[in-house]
Amino acid sequence: MPETIAAVSPAGLAPEAEVYTRAFARVAVERTDHEPSRIGTLRKAAIDRFGELGFPNRKLEEWRSTDVRAIATTTFSFEPSAELVSEADCARFRYDNTHELVFVNGAFRSDLSRLQELPDGVIISSLEQGWREHPELIEPHLGRHAKFDNHAFVALNTALHENGVFVFFPRNAVVETPIHILHLGRGGDSPVASFPRNLFVAEENSQGRIIEQFATAGDTDTGGNHFTCPVTEVVLAQNAVVDHYKLQRESTDAFHMATFQIYLGRSSNFSSHSISWGGGLVRNDVNAVLGGEGCEATLNGLYMVGGTQLVDNHMRVDHVAPHCDSHELFKGVLEGHARAVFNGRIFVHKGAQKTDAKQTNRNLLLSPTALVHSNPQLEIFADDVRCTHGSTVGRLDELGIFYLRSRGIGEEAARSLLTYAFCADIVQRIKDKSVRRDLEEFLFRRLPQGDVVRQAV
Amino acid sequence: MPETATLVTDTELLEQHVAQEYKAGFVTDIEQDTLPPGLDEDTVRFISAKKAEPEWLLEWRLKAYRDWLEMKEPTWANIKYDPIDYQSISYYSAPKSASDGPQSLDEVDPEILATYEKLGIPLQEQKFLAGVAVDAVFDSVSVATTYKDKLAEVGVIFCPMSEAVQEHPELVKKYLGTVVPRNDNFFAALNSAVFSDGSFVYIPEGVRCPMELSTYFRMNALNTGQFERTLIIAEKGSYVSYLEGCTAPMRDQKQLHAAVVELYAHETATIKYSTVQNWYPGDVETGKGGIYNFVTKRGIAAGRAAKISWTQVETGSAITWKYPSVILKGDDSVGEFYSVAVSKGWQQADTGTKMIHVGKNTTSTIISKGISAGNGQNTYRGGVKILKSADGARNFSQCDSMLLGDKCGAHTFPYIDVQNPTAQMEHEASTSKIGEDQLFYCNSRGIDAEDAVSLIVNGFCKEVFKELPMEFAVEARKLLEISLEGSVG
Repeated sequence: MPETIAAVSPAGLAPEAEVYTRAFARVAVERTDHEPSRIGTLRKAAIDRFGELGFPNRKLEEWRSTDVRAIATTTFSFEPSAELVSEADCARFRYDNTHELVFVNGAFRSDLSRLQELPDGVIISSLEQGWREHPELIEPHLGRHAKFDNHAFVALNTALHENGVFVFFPRNAVVETPIHILHLGRGGDSPVASFPRNLFVAEENSQGRIIEQFATAGDTDTGGNHFTCPVTEVVLAQNAVVDHYKLQRESTDAFHMATFQIYLGRSSNFSSHSISWGGGLVRNDVNAVLGGEGCEATLNGLYMVGGTQLVDNHMRVDHVAPHCDSHELFKGVLEGHARAVFNGRIFVHKGAQKTDAKQTNRNLLLSPTALVHSNPQLEIFADDVRCTHGSTVGRLDELGIFYLRSRGIGEEAARSLLTYAFCADIVQRIKDKSVRRDLEEFLFRRLPQGDVVRQAV
Repeated sequence: MPETATLVTDTELLEQHVAQEYKAGFVTDIEQDTLPPGLDEDTVRFISAKKAEPEWLLEWRLKAYRDWLEMKEPTWANIKYDPIDYQSISYYSAPKSASDGPQSLDEVDPEILATYEKLGIPLQEQKFLAGVAVDAVFDSVSVATTYKDKLAEVGVIFCPMSEAVQEHPELVKKYLGTVVPRNDNFFAALNSAVFSDGSFVYIPEGVRCPMELSTYFRMNALNTGQFERTLIIAEKGSYVSYLEGCTAPMRDQKQLHAAVVELYAHETATIKYSTVQNWYPGDVETGKGGIYNFVTKRGIAAGRAAKISWTQVETGSAITWKYPSVILKGDDSVGEFYSVAVSKGWQQADTGTKMIHVGKNTTSTIISKGISAGNGQNTYRGGVKILKSADGARNFSQCDSMLLGDKCGAHTFPYIDVQNPTAQMEHEASTSKIGEDQLFYCNSRGIDAEDAVSLIVNGFCKEVFKELPMEFAVEARKLLEISLEGSVG
């Protein structure tokens, strides 16, 4: 629909933003053959909305500590080559015994993916294939949970997404083999952008585990200049149980602006662990809507950043229905000039009685130049609730270090041990062995005298 | 109703509480020297001329006014109100009798004295009993100052701001606007342009102020915004405790109150500032009327080991927008904030504090207790900023909210920025209602529901009340009881 292009020349946008409207014109045409018309309309509304919003600036409350000008002023290529990546690049990120889907710069690579035999009715496919084969399963959910009215990056993803993952657990299905989705980014001479769009649907009484990994393929010195802007919608029906992990380990040159939108139905249980140690400018928006009575959401996270990395975790938990529990625990370790933002909002709606919401953010500063912005927030419109939040920022306990040193452990190793202990709180909560081992190995590598820590734990 | 109380359910108690009317509402009729509504440069000149102010102060006011014209009313606070028409407010009002400058209570308008009697301000008894000097501000001009001589003996200056401008211009010029700049924010700029009066306190080096200083503010003229400006300076090694208590008569038209309070503590000095605020909160049923309380309060602990402590009990006002803050500039300086905020009826409170750690080994403590009932909305908004230079800084924040009823709201927005790894910052917050098990426990021991709620709420606020000076604490507890009468006895 080339005639729509003129309508989308957003005033007030930097000239760099024009590439987004051009990309939209191309995507809009390419997608029309397999998507329902609602999605076409939605894409149009989203690019228009992006035109109005522009990139967020620091005057906006939600972005006051995160400056995205680096993204706004970069001209990205939207049709990156997916062929740059070979099996060898994938190998180090693979997890054994999983259903594995591999995406390179947002494009599905069936040749690199490994799908095992699936139980009856379970669907794990690319979103594009999902639209072709099961539109009736996607249609009720896609684009109905993640709102782009006030979020430029969700608007961009909604308008420009080309592919992604569709996971469907039918009624009573228990998927024992974890699903592993590997998103590899690979820049090069010019920076590339990708907009993966994922939809996970768990029907009544179903269970499963999903692992998402975001990484840079190959040489991170030359290929790290990529921008990933994923939007994931997760829908849990009554009694569904979903265990989710996200590892963000991209190159420190990479940009990552992710939105994760969860809807929990009655008595469902969702738990997520978000681990961030990569990326130069990383933002995770995690929004959970506790919409059915008696559901439970656990949203934990760990970030460990150094250099000039910035990681921003923006959490919002909406308690809509009564008798729901939510637990959030985010821990962070900062080195160098790193900056971390934690913004956690618990919103208890009218009528959401007997809510039990807990939110904790703990930060460990290891260098004098690191900076933490921690804004835990409570908004409560019901009276019979129990809501708490806690936030701490501090350094390693000098007495603890002294104790270890007095037992013959070197200072560096003592510091590493205490730092590991700080992270262990999250590490030990990870149920998936592969993810836990991966994270442990990372910590042993990252911490000075990691071998001492390895022996000790 | 002790016999029936045990049978009364929470909801009924709340209904009774919502029906509770404002107890201090009445209008005293005295002739006012009032400026017609409207604000322009001439208004500023008129106020300045009326007070025979020096040229530099007029200039300062005018600069503030011009800054104000450029500024926008802040919208980030979690409060809702109809737009304020700044041209419909009268910016100057003084009781006529004050122009003669009464020197003793005998010269004070008996009607004003009667007003104080009704409010239970023991202006006269205090002379004998509490030893409190009262600088009572009736509308915009101070009408009675007591114990001045006794304070003068030790060199303490405690007088209305307008008097300080005349008698101690060098001090006013040196400190005015140093803590809250004239263009600090929209309401502070407005205040700087048109401030009417307020208190001025100066404690010389090494002096421990012999008594608690106290000012009662009272708005009286219809449609008159009050723009108080208070400045307290504590020199090296001195100590002062200052009390501020407020109450206003009932009326329909919303009133704007945009005060500014500046505290300046030098090396090892201590300033303790306590507030009990009970302005008219608006009609309980409709939310009509009531005071808009948009206040800028800030202190600077400028010297080594200086200490500033804010304690506030906020039960009144339709809207409260207030963040008493401390800039901890001197090494080892201490900032404290203790607050109880009650919002019932249709009251909205967006209040909290800001602690800015600049110096080394600075310590701050924040204890905030919010109680929401009826349709009240209570927001804690606090900032803790630990700058790079603040090695070994320490902060502890605790904000607890209590909800009474299902139509009210409690919100917590702490902002925490830490730039120094040697700093330690802890924040915790909780929101809950009174536990049924707690009530049951009290009931089973023969304490009726209403007394039990009162007991629990008082316990909830105890940490803050214990920071108030003795006689003020009694008043605050009484105020809380009156405020929550019906639901919490």
